[in-house]
Amino acid sequence: MSSDSVLSSVAVETNQLSLQFQTNDGPVVALDNINLTIEQGEFISLIGPSGCGKTTLVRVLADLEKPTSGQISVNGISPEQARLDQSYGYVFQAPALLPWRTVKDNVVLPLEIMGYSKSRQRDLAAEYLNLVNLQGFESKYPWQLSGGMQQRVSIARALSVEPQLLFMDEPFGALDEITRDHLNEQLLQLWGKTRKTVVFVTHSIPEAVFLSSRIVVMSPRPGRIIDIIDCNLPPDRSIDIRESPQFLEISHRVRDGLKSGHSYDD
Amino acid sequence: MALNQVIATMISLIKSHLLKTDALPVMTVILAVLAIWYLGAVHLNSPQLQDRYKKQGIEWRYSQLVYDSWNMKRAVLPSPHQVAMELKKTIIDQNITSKRSLVYHTGVTLSSTFLGFILGTALGIALAVGIVYVTTLDRSLMPWVIASQTIPILAIAPMIIVVLGAIGITGLIPKSLISMYLCFFPVTVGVVKGLRSPQPMLLDLMQTYNASKLQVFWCLRLPVAVPYLFASLKVAMALSLVGAIVAELPAGAQAGLGSRLLSGSYYGQTNLIWAALICAALASALLVYLVGFCQRQVCRRLAGGQEVI
Amino acid sequence: MFLKLTRHMFSSSWLAILFAVLAFSLPLATDQSWWLQSIWLIGPCLIMISCILNLRIPRQQVFWTTGLLIIVLVLLWLALTMVHDVHIATHAAAGFWCFVIALGLSLWHCMARLSAISTISPLANRMLCLLIPALFGIWLISLWELVVIGFGVPHVLLPAPSIIGEAFSSSMPTLAADFRQTFIKAVIPGFILGNSVGFLVALLADRVPFLRRGLLPVGNLVSAIPIVGIAPIMVMWFGFDWQSKAAVVVIMTFFPMLVNAITGLGQSDKTELDLMRSYGASYWQAFCKLRLPYALPFIFNALKINSTLALIGAIVAEFFGTPIVGMGFRISTEVGRMNIEMVWASIAVAALSGSIFYGLLALLERWVTFWHASFRQ
Repeated sequence: MSSDSVLSSVAVETNQLSLQFQTNDGPVVALDNINLTIEQGEFISLIGPSGCGKTTLVRVLADLEKPTSGQISVNGISPEQARLDQSYGYVFQAPALLPWRTVKDNVVLPLEIMGYSKSRQRDLAAEYLNLVNLQGFESKYPWQLSGGMQQRVSIARALSVEPQLLFMDEPFGALDEITRDHLNEQLLQLWGKTRKTVVFVTHSIPEAVFLSSRIVVMSPRPGRIIDIIDCNLPPDRSIDIRESPQFLEISHRVRDGLKSGHSYDD
Repeated sequence: MALNQVIATMISLIKSHLLKTDALPVMTVILAVLAIWYLGAVHLNSPQLQDRYKKQGIEWRYSQLVYDSWNMKRAVLPSPHQVAMELKKTIIDQNITSKRSLVYHTGVTLSSTFLGFILGTALGIALAVGIVYVTTLDRSLMPWVIASQTIPILAIAPMIIVVLGAIGITGLIPKSLISMYLCFFPVTVGVVKGLRSPQPMLLDLMQTYNASKLQVFWCLRLPVAVPYLFASLKVAMALSLVGAIVAELPAGAQAGLGSRLLSGSYYGQTNLIWAALICAALASALLVYLVGFCQRQVCRRLAGGQEVI
Repeated sequence: MFLKLTRHMFSSSWLAILFAVLAFSLPLATDQSWWLQSIWLIGPCLIMISCILNLRIPRQQVFWTTGLLIIVLVLLWLALTMVHDVHIATHAAAGFWCFVIALGLSLWHCMARLSAISTISPLANRMLCLLIPALFGIWLISLWELVVIGFGVPHVLLPAPSIIGEAFSSSMPTLAADFRQTFIKAVIPGFILGNSVGFLVALLADRVPFLRRGLLPVGNLVSAIPIVGIAPIMVMWFGFDWQSKAAVVVIMTFFPMLVNAITGLGQSDKTELDLMRSYGASYWQAFCKLRLPYALPFIFNALKINSTLALIGAIVAEFFGTPIVGMGFRISTEVGRMNIEMVWASIAVAALSGSIFYGLLALLERWVTFWHASFRQ
């Protein structure tokens, strides 16, 4: 079993994945024939205009939504099994911190549900709060923190179960740009240190180019993949790389991809 | 064939409609309540019946017991159809002005309900405006407004009626005073919340227009408070009816749903009590619906007004 | 301009000064004894006026507010003593009422100054939050006493607080027995049972959506119905003793808890439910860790509503038949004997126990749902 997962370098694989929603105005094709393979240790960004199904795709991978047809494997097992094993972490758009729990208690929430021992919970919470630079805030309540700090707590919470796979659904979407740049740098460092597989949803081109090893460009109606762009910027890049010609070139390609996928007739 | 199709489409329409709205679950719950009621009637009435059978030496079977317990005179729990008959007898078969007509008694109760409701709403709004605009009132009066409701006024309502009666104040006024006392609280709390609900940004906007306090009140605070006001009015309306009914409980009251309840309990006429209760429930539901209707009308007009601005 | 001027003239401080001056220039009572001359009021009134005038200067606000507060309270005590004098009771004249009005306006002025104080210290803030309503309460009760005695309002209509107090202290054992019968035996068991059953049914409705969709509209409808009306039926079914009262309380408290608990359990937002799902949490894990805490503010709302309803239900049910003890019994029999002081003493017990019950629930709420937006500091 373990030798299997070591041998296979594939983290996520989908095959002809489709999803239809039934609405009052008839069926809507949210995902249409998605074929995507994500290797271990990759940082993948899903980018596209709203309604292109990028969030839906991540939700399907995390078994928060059931596909209409197609196959998915997450770490070699079904998404449902992966969810029950807690083999992935999920960071939502909103921090979704429980207001009656302190920062530390919020971080240990998934550990409590998995039945970890108290001392292990404490150690893991301390370790991952450290990682997101929140040491010293353990006994604060979420509503006493800024928006950026709250989102860092929710990242620490997702990391605390030590998953190999991290889903992030526009985690910095609600933050101001300065905080966002700062957190982008921190996230990149974190990825460099831990080498987890990250599936990152965003609608910001600079964010996607800055963070990713590969960018998946999607388009709406029906939601489908129209391009996959490699962007291997140097690993020790800082936010200043955004002015470099290499960065601008990749940004251009992403923008072109988005344009070609956009149907102007509606 | 065509008829079959029409029926089929109708059934599917009804089905989809019923499934979308809460009608089906609500009906189920109501049917369940009726079933429990019938079972309860058998359970509560049968001991008396069995006694009677024994005394009269009648051989009895269960079917007879069930039948008798559903049609018993002066039953411990009258069955729903008996209550329905009583309702028909006292509402449809009687002249409206007759003292035996429930319509007459409901009318008496409703008149004090309305007066109390209007007085209570007026008092509630006045207090709320005072509390919102005068800091001293906010800090000194608000705690007492809340404390006033921990006094079980409803429980002392009959006393107030008797005392006011002793000095010659009888009839509508004392009853509506009780209703008023119950009404004003939800209105005050709701309106205070509503008047304070405009976004700070909008208040700042008014300040940039150099609007006076009165202008801010009419143009901003009051319209924003309307939904809160109506939510409170629904509660207040129901409370007002409760107040009026309880105020009619002392033996002195000649008319009203409360006095019907009391005389039913004195003479052991359970049918009468249940009929009065159901009448009160219907009246209450109707009144609350009326407030909701007004709410929709006013909100529609307010929405229209917004387009003009 | 004119508006500003009139507002200035009618501000509480100037009116207080005006009435204070009137107080020592007009007679206190219709027939005056030597020591009840209004002239004696000059001294204290002048001190009061000087405090008010000093308050117009921005310096030393706290000092002069405290000074004014003390002198007003002393004068209020003086007025309460004076009003019981045979010459003033029922014969109070214009001077006395001007004095009372001046006191009221000065106290108002004090409260306004106290409300305007903004301190950073949470302790001082909490003290002010208690002090200002307390002053208002003292004023209300004093005014009740002064008006009832001063105008000679008949006992039957409204007895003075002092007389109610006497009745209260002289019939403690009776009142205690009533309290036991009504509150301990009927209200508390009924309250606990009604709320628990309401909560359990809400839980059931939460697991069975069909039941929830049926129960919620019915529950909302029933909460508009005068349920107290079932009191005579319960008395018929469960007899005269506390059981029938507890039954009324159970039914009255059931529906608010049902409706609030169902609403409360629907409060967690979608993201948080997804979060729990992504952890593979079971129904009960999600319930205990997420949905119950979110429902707590609603549950406490129901508990607070029910605390008043329970007392009302028990007392009203006693009007339809009781053993010869209980608050409702006391109120209805003493009304019959026109022994109004005793009725008011019973009401005071009911009001006090109701307020304490509510207050305890409110404290518990603050402690349990400290995280809720309305309690955050």
